[in-house]
Amino acid sequence: MNRPIRGVAVTSMVIFAALMINLSYLYIGQQNYLNERPENRRVADARFAQDRGPIMVGNTAIAESEKVKDRYKFQRSYTPGELYAQVTGYYSYLYRTSGLEASYSSQLSGVDDSQFLSRLLESVTGSTKRGAALETTIDAKAQKAAWEGLAGRKGAVVAIDYSTGAIKALVSFPSYDPNDLATHDLAASSAAWKRLNADPDRPLSNRATREIYPPGSTFKVVTAAAALDAGMSPDTLIDASPYKLPGSTKVLTENCGASKITLTRALEVSCNPAFARLGVKLGDEALRTQAEKFGFGTKFLDEIGSAASKFPEEIDQAQTAMSAIGEFEVAASPLQMALVSAAIANDGVVMDPYLVDKVLDKDLRVTSQAHPQQQSVAMSSENAAALRQMMVSVVENGTGFRAQVPGVTVGGKTGTAHSDNLRRPYAWFTAWADNPKVAVCVFIQDAEIPTTDIAGGRVAAPIAKAVIEALR
Amino acid sequence: MSDVVGYRRRRGVEAFMLIFAIALGLGGYVLIHLNRDAELPAQWPWAVAALTGIGLVVHIVVRWRLPYADPLILPLVMLLNGLGLAMIHRLDLGTDPVMHSAELQLMWLVIAAAACCLLIIFLRDYRVLQRYTYTMFLAGMALLLLPLVPGLGLEKNGARIWIHLGNYSFQPAELAKLVLSIAFASYLVDKREVLALAGGRVLGIDLPRPRDLGPILVMWLVSLAVLVFQKDLGTSLLFFGLFVMMLYVATEKPSWPILGTLLFVLGAYLGYLFFGHVQVRVSSWLDPFSNYDQNYQVINAQFGIAFGGAFGTGWGLGRPNLTPLAKTDFIAAAIGEELGVAGLLAVMLLYGLIVARGLRASLVARDPFGKLLAAGIAFVFAIQVFAILGGVTRLLPLTGLTTPFMSQGGSSLIANWVTVGLLLIVTHQVRRPVADQSFEPQQWLEAETTQLIPVGAGAGSPRPGASTGSASSGVGSEETAPITPITPISPDEGGDEPTEVVQLPGGRP
Repeated sequence: MNRPIRGVAVTSMVIFAALMINLSYLYIGQQNYLNERPENRRVADARFAQDRGPIMVGNTAIAESEKVKDRYKFQRSYTPGELYAQVTGYYSYLYRTSGLEASYSSQLSGVDDSQFLSRLLESVTGSTKRGAALETTIDAKAQKAAWEGLAGRKGAVVAIDYSTGAIKALVSFPSYDPNDLATHDLAASSAAWKRLNADPDRPLSNRATREIYPPGSTFKVVTAAAALDAGMSPDTLIDASPYKLPGSTKVLTENCGASKITLTRALEVSCNPAFARLGVKLGDEALRTQAEKFGFGTKFLDEIGSAASKFPEEIDQAQTAMSAIGEFEVAASPLQMALVSAAIANDGVVMDPYLVDKVLDKDLRVTSQAHPQQQSVAMSSENAAALRQMMVSVVENGTGFRAQVPGVTVGGKTGTAHSDNLRRPYAWFTAWADNPKVAVCVFIQDAEIPTTDIAGGRVAAPIAKAVIEALR
Repeated sequence: MSDVVGYRRRRGVEAFMLIFAIALGLGGYVLIHLNRDAELPAQWPWAVAALTGIGLVVHIVVRWRLPYADPLILPLVMLLNGLGLAMIHRLDLGTDPVMHSAELQLMWLVIAAAACCLLIIFLRDYRVLQRYTYTMFLAGMALLLLPLVPGLGLEKNGARIWIHLGNYSFQPAELAKLVLSIAFASYLVDKREVLALAGGRVLGIDLPRPRDLGPILVMWLVSLAVLVFQKDLGTSLLFFGLFVMMLYVATEKPSWPILGTLLFVLGAYLGYLFFGHVQVRVSSWLDPFSNYDQNYQVINAQFGIAFGGAFGTGWGLGRPNLTPLAKTDFIAAAIGEELGVAGLLAVMLLYGLIVARGLRASLVARDPFGKLLAAGIAFVFAIQVFAILGGVTRLLPLTGLTTPFMSQGGSSLIANWVTVGLLLIVTHQVRRPVADQSFEPQQWLEAETTQLIPVGAGAGSPRPGASTGSASSGVGSEETAPITPITPISPDEGGDEPTEVVQLPGGRP
């Protein structure tokens, strides 16, 4: 009977060889695939349980990881959470990441996610790396001034150093507390997520960069830039009489003081018939080109994401007329309108905006440093100087007087957008100052004034002023 | 067979390896606590005392009653038990509140080891078991099919391989595999001559005579019933594989395993065609991610092993609790996660060594019953390990079998320890010196020649399953010839001799 027993032995050997080869294959051939599966909680948890570096504003951490005694080892905390939520984003177990937490995740965790497992191996050998720190471009005082200026009104404020593109303030209200989502109490995190998403005021949305709204009269600065580019000057007289839109029964009847006024005066009083007629004269193509030079159609600020502002395509003359005064389907983010002022203040050059100044490793060595980059040239330096003068006039003699700052040259433009008569108008103010070199855009979504009133100058301009003063 | 190999007792080696095996298990236990809390567990002296005590008692019993037993088997078993206990304890700690199933499992280990010792003390010669062929056969079949009895059977995790008695649930197949190994071995020793008779020849393979196909068809149907009604491929594979393999060893005819494999493949295919649960098992084997929630357990076992990587996360540092049933069916996945692929490969090797030692005993055994029994026990281990570890590592569709010695569960532990006890007895009988036994080479030659006679005599015998006294007495008397001279009965254990004499002429109770 020994021959068949040997056969059984060979069979058993084959059985065990098959088991061991299969297990080796599982390890060699499938390990990465299995570890990268989105359902893999072990890897997700281990990835979540990282000692991430802080996000800094000046010398203060606005997001940092603290050691805790639970499964995830480190709790991410945000102080003050709501104020910087749109910048930091959140670091949540259930809802992943957003904002800088998402875009700089690999630097903050000290390693690219792709190298996560080798890092895990290092952690076994004891050579754990702490994540890098981010130094943002945000100015704490400007951020606070913007937040307090909004004073609980829905809206957004963006301030940019126009000589570099560094974002100095970025506020959106209503905001949310990232701590609510980052908590390791997953039930609380889930409840907070549901509450935030159900909130009709949409606190999770970033009104400063990721939403676009009709810019109203602030868009007249773009129309004015196109006019200057077409050879007009600030003193060119333009027709300001009531304007019946071509091919339409709608008439813009607003009284701008005289039937012929200068371009500067038209901007000072935000004269709708004058700019609508001017827009039609320049043509939609010229307006669109000018808008795109300022950045319309471009997505800026990859770090936190933004929506591209837009100027409508294929429009008739009536639509062109309305577009020239920032109505119809023109839509811009507060960031974009800040960039318009920034370009005018910066001799026509649009600087690419950025939020992170430096990345510092755990020994505070700079591993990467932002380099200001030119995004586009929106207008000639002469035309920019002329438009600056016109905007200064708006602040000194016109609708933007509430933005005057003693000892500082401030140029600006108010705006009030009525996209329909049911909701309250949007109040806008976009401005720049020469010292500090900053461009500011204030947007208030729900200005608590009658729909007929000019809102931008009254409610938005003082906030711009406060931000400029905070940066002095 | 005529080689006389002198085996040494090797009990010192066994003791040394036992210390090593126990130390590995206790090392795991201590490391779990050091890794998780950076301090020794409060109960560590008790754990050391308990495990060492069990090892010591079994070792002494073996040294006393089975001095020639294979020295490797007991340390291997203790090592697997130690690792299993440590892992169950580690999984206890992973739940909130902390569970205490390891303590319960330790209690079962004490009972199982005691049962093994009792078997060794009271059954020194396994040949006694040959008396109970048909009792064993019926008992084994009853145990195997017990979970199908309404009210008694219990379906857990999709497989109906449990019965519940009061508060305890129990896998009768665990015991059935031992009982049926014995039954098959003694039945085939009786009938192997008949079954070896050639029927027709197809494709160069000698087929058995159609009238002899009865037993294999019965086993095939039983296995099919297990597959279909108990919904468990592993149990089905286990018993059919065991039977076919023993048939092959007994008859030396390759047509049996070929026929058996074909039958099994056919049965499995029919099961796949006609039964939804078999299809579910197969789809979760081939493409688990097609239904994440349904295949959550298999997928998480894979995740655990992948997460552990080559060397594992270390004792207590992985997340094995994420895999459901990690203490029972999926303990191998927990080992793979925390001890790594290397650790799980080592565990597979340990099982492989037990199988190798069993087959080795089978090779050198001097009587057909011993050969068949040892080979059967070894092969049933191999299939069981293949089915469950293959299921966990996705080599095979998942089955509900336990991982011998490691899985949590008392019935499995007792059945496996008793099986090991029997294997130790066989190895002792096999390895003990034959020089002092009085038999003459002449008788060996006679044995060889007489074995040829029943081929003619048995040709006229009716179907083996229903063989009557008249026909089988001829076969039986022929069988006596090879067995009697080998039976090593020393004067001090003369009590065994009547057993043999009584048993063989009667053939069955």
